[in-house]
Amino acid sequence: MTEILLAVLALSILGLGFGIGLAYANRIFFVKTDPKIEKILSVLPGTNCGTCGFAGCPALAEAIAEGKAAPDACFSGGYAVHEKITGILGVPVKIKARQVATLICAGGKRAPDKHRYYGPKNCVLANMYQGGHKGCEFGCIGFASCVKACAFDAMAMDDNDLPAIDKDKCTACGKCVAICPKNILELRPAQSHIWVACNSTDKAPAVMKLCGYGCIACGKCVAACKFSAIRMVNNLAKIDYNNCTNCRQCVLVCPTKCIKTDYNN
Amino acid sequence: MDLAKFITIIISVVFVNNFILSKFLGLCSFIGVSRETRPAVSMGVAVTFVTTMASIITWLVYRYILIPYNLTYLRTISFILVIASFVQLIEIFVKKTSPALFKAFGIYLPLITVNCAVFGAAVLNSEMFFENSLVLPGSFSMSLTQGLAVGVGYTLAMLLMSGIRERLDLIDLPGALKGIPITFIIASLMSLAFLGFAGFKI
Repeated sequence: MTEILLAVLALSILGLGFGIGLAYANRIFFVKTDPKIEKILSVLPGTNCGTCGFAGCPALAEAIAEGKAAPDACFSGGYAVHEKITGILGVPVKIKARQVATLICAGGKRAPDKHRYYGPKNCVLANMYQGGHKGCEFGCIGFASCVKACAFDAMAMDDNDLPAIDKDKCTACGKCVAICPKNILELRPAQSHIWVACNSTDKAPAVMKLCGYGCIACGKCVAACKFSAIRMVNNLAKIDYNNCTNCRQCVLVCPTKCIKTDYNN
Repeated sequence: MDLAKFITIIISVVFVNNFILSKFLGLCSFIGVSRETRPAVSMGVAVTFVTTMASIITWLVYRYILIPYNLTYLRTISFILVIASFVQLIEIFVKKTSPALFKAFGIYLPLITVNCAVFGAAVLNSEMFFENSLVLPGSFSMSLTQGLAVGVGYTLAMLLMSGIRERLDLIDLPGALKGIPITFIIASLMSLAFLGFAGFKI
């Protein structure tokens, strides 16, 4: 009998001792947490998608409360979540210009290969071996690493083996931009409807031989633009979105049709 | 207390009886946290810290509470109690004193509470360095060394595994093997490799 009592007593005392010790330690080392964190966490989507760059929604809520992340850092929540967070923080709602991911290549299947590639169908890996199998060293490899990276189902490969971006679904989280080994995905302001779909700094003969659908640096668009929004940099037309008025004169004159627009009409 | 004894303990626990790869303890975190090298190493460091401290505390509990009152059969439950409260205490303490360290440990600290490698180290200590409920000479410092070595062995295994898994991510694998299945295969191969140490006489 005493044996059992002793055992129960010993364990109870041990447990009680640790319990009291922990309670006491918790009081001494009490850390005040910001009540805002809880509130922000409750309005975040809670899907822990990670596109904000933090380890899930709790980490982002903490960062926003501490001011380390902007109130509009949640991509998947979008404007609705941003509005609620600004309400909690008491800061003005900031309307950020919406951006969309843009593919700046038009080659795809039409651009000839320089060698056959039998490795894993992954752009990053394919790029490690002689910069991919495409003849044009700037162009899309076409193994859809960006499509796989998209957390919002906003990308799909089209008939030409190029990723097509669904403008309505794109949240401009930048995951595809980060993964593309060729750096041919960019974020462009959503209200600009024109972009140069080429990344090749090769001269015209090389572009025509390797693709035929890229920028040949003819300069017609530069001349056609009345707002001097296009410059020629390294044999490649660059649009300055601050000056562009979406007049589409450049789209009309481009001989290789590599200046694209997503206007419907 | 000669140095050779300590070196023997360290080598035997880190390599010959590596807790993960030879004794198969702490496997859940070995599989779960070994995806990338950085978290794996933080986990290893956290485990090393906890095994070392837990070795000290469980030794004290075993020596001064369980043995005098003839309660050694309560070893399991009391050790778990000790380890769980100790990890909680560390968490509270670290959260207050060093938020940076708390962030680095992150979720791994609570995970260690239920890590059987920590408990295994405590039990192994009480089995190896006590005989018939009597304290062997140098028992305390040897327990401490063994606790530390268990953590080092754990970190070593985590480091190796995470390095391999980072490369595995880039390989074109059949879909059925992707993720956990290939990790199990790799773990068993590594375990076989560590079996090579088993023949060592130290």
